[in-house]
Amino acid sequence: MSAWTHHLIIAPILVPLIASALLLFFDERKRLQKAMISLASTIILLAIAIILFGIESSPNGFDGVYLLGNWAAPFGIVLVVDGLSALMLLLAALLGLATLVFSLAHWHAVGAHYHSMFQLLLVGLNGAFLTGDLFNLFVFFEVMLAASYGLLLHGSGPLRVKAGMHYIAVNLVAAFFFLIGVSLIYGTTGTLNMADLAARIPQIEPDRRMLMEAGAGVLGVAFLIKAGMWPLCFWLPTAYNAAAAPVAGIFAILSKLGIYVILRLTMLLFADGPSAGFGSEVLLFGGIATLVFGTIGVLASQALGRLAGYSVLVSSGTMLMVLGISEGTISSGALLYLVSSTFTIGALFMLIELVERGQDAGANVLTVTMEAYGDGEGQQVEEEEGVMMPGTMAILGTCFAACAILLSGLPPLSGFISKFAMLSAMMGTGAIGTPPDAAVWTLIVLVILSGVAALIAMTRIGIRTFWSSLEGTVPRVLVIELVPVMFLLALTMVLTIQAGPAMRYMDTTIRTLSQPSIYIDAVRNAARVEGWRKPAEAGTGEP
Amino acid sequence: MELVLSIAIGVMTSCGVWLILRPRTYQVIVGLSLLSYAVNLFIFGVGGVKSNVPPILEDGIDPSTLSDPVPQALVLTAIVIGFATTALFLVVLLASRGLTGNDHVDGRNDPK
Repeated sequence: MSAWTHHLIIAPILVPLIASALLLFFDERKRLQKAMISLASTIILLAIAIILFGIESSPNGFDGVYLLGNWAAPFGIVLVVDGLSALMLLLAALLGLATLVFSLAHWHAVGAHYHSMFQLLLVGLNGAFLTGDLFNLFVFFEVMLAASYGLLLHGSGPLRVKAGMHYIAVNLVAAFFFLIGVSLIYGTTGTLNMADLAARIPQIEPDRRMLMEAGAGVLGVAFLIKAGMWPLCFWLPTAYNAAAAPVAGIFAILSKLGIYVILRLTMLLFADGPSAGFGSEVLLFGGIATLVFGTIGVLASQALGRLAGYSVLVSSGTMLMVLGISEGTISSGALLYLVSSTFTIGALFMLIELVERGQDAGANVLTVTMEAYGDGEGQQVEEEEGVMMPGTMAILGTCFAACAILLSGLPPLSGFISKFAMLSAMMGTGAIGTPPDAAVWTLIVLVILSGVAALIAMTRIGIRTFWSSLEGTVPRVLVIELVPVMFLLALTMVLTIQAGPAMRYMDTTIRTLSQPSIYIDAVRNAARVEGWRKPAEAGTGEP
Repeated sequence: MELVLSIAIGVMTSCGVWLILRPRTYQVIVGLSLLSYAVNLFIFGVGGVKSNVPPILEDGIDPSTLSDPVPQALVLTAIVIGFATTALFLVVLLASRGLTGNDHVDGRNDPK
């Protein structure tokens, strides 16, 4: 990496942070300026993510360690870009751009400081993807959570306040678990740097090892709450359902953040040594329970919002099972599934709001009443601004069908490709000639069943919404609202067409991840920038 | 010293857990505060319990006699973040009180 691209590593944190600070100087009435700043920041973020992704996918290897404040690795905090974090950064930027554009139609105006909180959420997400330090991860996690509390309450109303209160309480307790886990790990290993930790864990003595594993387990609980593993997931469908549509769309990546951290830490810390494969049974059985619970929830959902919430659980459960089953060598298909399901669920949450705008009988009655009594005029005028989408119902129906195909994993979209890649890799595990073991069969059966359930539920709701609608009203949908949904669905199409290069990238990423020594050596040997300080002073760089 | 500290952490944690399982928002917030105190003390404790020793490294002093500065830095960060999120939770509590007219965590208005 050349000099200026090296500094791009910190840009995904700085750009939205500066934007969110800048946004606070503008009055809420200057909506256009705020929207433009927020949009510009997200577009810059996308450009940076694409550049970083391009550097990581080029074959010249791993050189993405950024020493904050020029402190040597185990003492200072490091930011690390590797294949996985570059992929997650790109995913966050794409989803962020789509949800932001969607919210510009009218959601960003229903409450204060939407854009600042949105940018802070991106700060937290990007920081959590980039950091190579366990406590710094906590800080970025909290930044992200604090922003998400505000975003969940955006638009207010009793339902959101109630769901938000549960969400905040659950996540505050999760933060305590995080702190207990981090401090136990620090107390037993004496370091918080992930690379240093990975090098020290195989060597710690048995009496401390038990305490360290307890710490790792407690830490894992915090991320499993975020990812929504079964007994810890009851808050999730309610909270995601209550959130405003673009907020729920960006929340689709928050549960993937939990999965990302679990993936990163298990592959880095528990790759070999006496603790190898630590916690994989929990992930496997937890994943099974989550998948079953999510599938039942999808089938039982009457409202589309809850269906999407349970779909988040289904995708979390699938990922957790794959993480648990493969003991450190997860298939690259699972990564493709992570990307594909994030786009799908993000698109679905936004689509739901558009579809239900015209279909909800109760809301229609309310609108009629409000028109009759002359109320709600402001709302009407606002919605008529902008360009209306031609052929709305046809496009909405097509997008809905695409979501159903993606969720159930049918060809031709990327839901099929990713599930196929994942399952075929699972079938091939173990020695040649021996059939896959019971856990693999369970996974295959459950993944296919969850796909069938999603298909049944989506078809049922689709028929009710699009074919047997009594009112026959066409929802007012603006171009700016439908384009982000189509953009996300088009991305899944790109994933299908470019499945070869995508799979190669995922393969390389997984291969790099399964050799923790690459990560450890890169962080430990990261060169400090010399020349701006005298060597004599630079020598005192240890605390 | 260790015994007193661990009993204090245990008592606060058990009170905190009991309180966050209660149905009133005020009890939940007091429980969360108690839990955060317990967690902060716990972080402090993992660095080793020592009294009257500075975390300052000087030449000729055995590092094992010093107290560990890292947990102190961690606990400072944890206190700030915990304080901010508790304040935020208080605002949501008040909003919920205003919208539902009672302080039940589910917004229900039964006497229990």
